[in-house]
Amino acid sequence: MKQAIGKLLWWFEERLELRTSLWTVMRHPIPRDLRTQVGWLYVFGSTAMTLLVLQIVTGIGLGMVYVPSAGEAYESLEHINYNVELGWMLRAIHNWSANGMVVLVVVHMTQVFLMGAYKYPRELTWMIGVVLFLLTLGMAFTGQVLRWDADSYWGLGVGVAMVGRIPYIGPELVELMLGGPTVGADTLSRFFALHVFVMPGLLFASLTVHLYLVIRKGISEPPKPDELVDPETYVEKYEEKLKTGDPFFPDVFLRDAAFIGLTLLVIVGMSAILGPDGPGAPPDPTLLAVEPLPDWYFLPAFAVLALSPPSLETGIILIAPVIIVAIMFLFPVFAGKGQRSPRRRPVAVLIVIGCFLSYCVLWQLGVQEPWSPHMTAWSGVPVPTHMIKGRSPKELQGAAILQEKTCRNCHALDGQGGQRGPDLTVVATRLTRDQLIRQVVQGGGNMPAYGKELNRFEVEALVSFLETLKPEGYASAEASVVTDRAD
Amino acid sequence: MNSQSGEPPTMETATTRRGFMEWFSWALLGLGSVAMAIPILGFFLGPILKPRADEWVDFGPLTDFPQNSTRLVDVLNPLRGANDGMTGKVAAYVRRIEGETFQIFSTHCTHLGCPVSWFKESGLYMCPCHGGVYYEDGGHASGPPPRGLYEFEHRVEEDRLMVKLGHLPTLQNPGSAHVSGKNS
Repeated sequence: MKQAIGKLLWWFEERLELRTSLWTVMRHPIPRDLRTQVGWLYVFGSTAMTLLVLQIVTGIGLGMVYVPSAGEAYESLEHINYNVELGWMLRAIHNWSANGMVVLVVVHMTQVFLMGAYKYPRELTWMIGVVLFLLTLGMAFTGQVLRWDADSYWGLGVGVAMVGRIPYIGPELVELMLGGPTVGADTLSRFFALHVFVMPGLLFASLTVHLYLVIRKGISEPPKPDELVDPETYVEKYEEKLKTGDPFFPDVFLRDAAFIGLTLLVIVGMSAILGPDGPGAPPDPTLLAVEPLPDWYFLPAFAVLALSPPSLETGIILIAPVIIVAIMFLFPVFAGKGQRSPRRRPVAVLIVIGCFLSYCVLWQLGVQEPWSPHMTAWSGVPVPTHMIKGRSPKELQGAAILQEKTCRNCHALDGQGGQRGPDLTVVATRLTRDQLIRQVVQGGGNMPAYGKELNRFEVEALVSFLETLKPEGYASAEASVVTDRAD
Repeated sequence: MNSQSGEPPTMETATTRRGFMEWFSWALLGLGSVAMAIPILGFFLGPILKPRADEWVDFGPLTDFPQNSTRLVDVLNPLRGANDGMTGKVAAYVRRIEGETFQIFSTHCTHLGCPVSWFKESGLYMCPCHGGVYYEDGGHASGPPPRGLYEFEHRVEEDRLMVKLGHLPTLQNPGSAHVSGKNS
């Protein structure tokens, strides 16, 4: 029996010659330096790749049930969530694994950047890596569109508004992107084609080149301070290291195996506990009471769009991404030699810290959205009782007007309400009566003018309420201005 | 070839014939590729090769719109496709100023296309995304939008309000009230 199996295997080996091809690749030597704990920093790329495979597997599963038709996609997602056996779980895994892939690709890039692994002779590996990063983000965006709910629908609207700003050919590009004059079946189908055929094809093609380069040029050895990369001598030194190296499989791969296993466990756990993402509200263009938000990794971009000055906005939308990608892509061309250790590359470390800090700050702002009106605050957020206790009828009338005229959508009282405009809790210490009237009637700063919406009695009542908004014992703004003038 | 007659082929005839075959093969490949590329490219560029113009839609009798008020109207998008489902619907804000004077606004914020909500209490449109605010007449009130709300062309026909719309308005291709080009 044993002999028969051996014979059969040999029959295949004679024809495939895997021992001299695949097995040699699996056993390619890895520098011994990875044996120390630093080796744990080398597991992110392989894990990201594993998640790509997981995305393909779960994607095929979802593709067997999902209906990529604008009229039916939403219902088919609900069908997967509620009717299909383990459908919710597959959608959850696909979602959390996608999130994990974005995170791991970024972590992998950061590690490669900090350890100077993109330097000679691995510049091209980095460049293809940038392409893989962009394709991952592209998959994330197109995948978000396939979740055909209100976020998806209005997210496309935002994409359209950005593309539409491209000079001259903007309108044509919009129609090409949507597959017609408006968001509909042709839009969903072309994003489906992008997400399922075009981008995965490009991802696999780029990944093949990336892996080929990783194996041909070898994994970079952990950097040591003052061990400079010199194209004249690097290859020779590196090959010397490989002579005492460990085989990738199974020795070095063990760490990857452990981390991949842990990642899979985390994703299964998150999927089981948190479930799938959406679909949210239906993609109905006539349901306007929605607050579209991109998926979390795009929130900083969302914040940038809210915060950039209008005069620079089109430039920021259209030119900044090109510049950022060009810098990322060409970085190793300009910094492909010299020090690799982060201990000797303070600027590189600062760049990473700067990028992560700005990302986190913008992300936090994107979550809070202080620039957006709170659309339900006027009817849903109460006036703090201490502000209306013991007030005159006219002042109470003013409080009601503040509420009724949707002022709270932008203005908070005691921190509750919109943050678009200033908090009014102590507004009477900042503005005099005249200033309050002028601000209400004429607007100004970033405030609309309410002159046409309020009659003079309403203005009078509103302002008399606003005049009461100051801490006990504090002088109102008017008094202090008068004293100033008296001086 | 010519060996029977005892004369070897001259270099010239051979190169001419081979040269012709070479040239012919390349030309054939080129011709076939171009012939194949034209319909394929045409398919991919279809949406711009055959753009569809906005169309007039019935928004209902004038009596549906009280004087000096604004309301949201849902209609079917005249440019919808057979499989568009609920995305084939479209909404627009109708403001009747008085008599037959109307303003018809797109629901898309001119900043980045999010849905604006109408607050009749304060006479403002507010956008939930980046804080764009517009007045009752569509004018820009506050926030990042680079212009007022997009407007659609309208006319009154046999006491019914007709509105011309269809395409998703963007800065360079706004609503039908502003363009006289291909989409109007």
